[in-house]
Amino acid sequence: MPERALRLNGPSLEIIERCDGKHTVQQIVADLQKIYSKAEPQKVESDILGYLALLHDQRALDFT
Amino acid sequence: MLPLFRLLNRHNRMTTELSNPLALIAELTHRCPLHCVYCSNPLEMQSRQNELSTETWSRVFKEAAAAGVLQVDFTGGEPLARADIIELVRAARASGLYVNLITSGLPMDETKLGALVEAGLDHIQLSFQGAREEIANEISGTKSHAHKLSVLEWLKQQRVAVTLNFVIHRRNINQLEEMLAIAESSSATRIEFANVQYYGWAFANRENLLPTREQVSNSVEFMKREQERLKGRIRIEFVVPDYYAKYAKPCMGGWGRKLLLITPSGDALPCHAAQVIPGLTFENVKDRSLREIWEKSVAFQKFRGEDWMQEPCKTCDRREQDFGGCRCQALLLTGDASATDPVCSLAPLRPKVDAILEGLNTAPPAEIFVKPNWLYRPNPS
Repeated sequence: MPERALRLNGPSLEIIERCDGKHTVQQIVADLQKIYSKAEPQKVESDILGYLALLHDQRALDFT
Repeated sequence: MLPLFRLLNRHNRMTTELSNPLALIAELTHRCPLHCVYCSNPLEMQSRQNELSTETWSRVFKEAAAAGVLQVDFTGGEPLARADIIELVRAARASGLYVNLITSGLPMDETKLGALVEAGLDHIQLSFQGAREEIANEISGTKSHAHKLSVLEWLKQQRVAVTLNFVIHRRNINQLEEMLAIAESSSATRIEFANVQYYGWAFANRENLLPTREQVSNSVEFMKREQERLKGRIRIEFVVPDYYAKYAKPCMGGWGRKLLLITPSGDALPCHAAQVIPGLTFENVKDRSLREIWEKSVAFQKFRGEDWMQEPCKTCDRREQDFGGCRCQALLLTGDASATDPVCSLAPLRPKVDAILEGLNTAPPAEIFVKPNWLYRPNPS
């Protein structure tokens, strides 16, 4: 993004890597639920949706 | 907020550890087809014959990437005035940098725009001097506004991120709605309503540029509403002129902390105005590597950390947020580059700024409707 940078680690990196124009949101959620199998699946989903919404508001990504 | 994830949106704590630069501001030339009265270039500009070669810039991009820089901002003057701009974009992209072009849109045609995008341009920031032809051309001293509107049309066909930068001051702050309408009919996803900051030519023309207190507070209301309305569609960024702020701005993210600027002749500066500070010598990328200059040069070390601070900055809770404000502004307004930035309400010399605002805000209103005697920025030889 111009004038801003995101420092990605762990989960945020896993999410951003999958924002490639090919993955659906549900695929991203499913992938991360598998990777972070110890976390509550609903929590993983709601955190991902929240994060994507935040980036969308910042105009760093779009849903197609 | 999001316990599973950490999002970078916090201020980095000031440490004694040296941070690496994140952005390189490549001031490619001082040549420019416009003569904007608010230009932040220095009053003494670099002549064309001193400009760095394509090869030198290409090496600088490689060194920047190796030093941790993520983004390069091509600026000037007008970066498109460089005949080698396509090669420069290509070289920056090849070094792995995010490439941003800050431009007036002149000179550019549809073909050139396509070539820039193909060469690896990630983002373009297009400036606007107003919403209407008459005021825009008055401020820029050039017939430029109509061409910019054409550029907006061409941008719709290109895969490149777009920011529109509307430079705001007393003469056009009444056109915010119209400016926003222009932006909304374009492909821009980000808008900067950038209030003029008082350096270079803007400082010389300040008396005719500073908005009134009422204009500033109306604009704040407007921005709040519009930011909300356009959430998810366009991101609006807006900052009041810091003479009207309560505290100093974290200038450049701190001296020598995140950003560095290379002038057209290759001098490495911590910021675009640093040459106003007496007694500072700047190193040149022709003589030394970027990383060495960043880490070791006297100029970059001068206002790093806290040792240079006077009171109240020295013991202030805010010093890790605003890094003591702007050194160049302190110099311009107080004569002392180490002084507390006088725009800060905690600064002993804040009354100087208050006096400037007082003079403006008690002037008879009729004054604002007369075309000022502008000092136009010339084109260097």
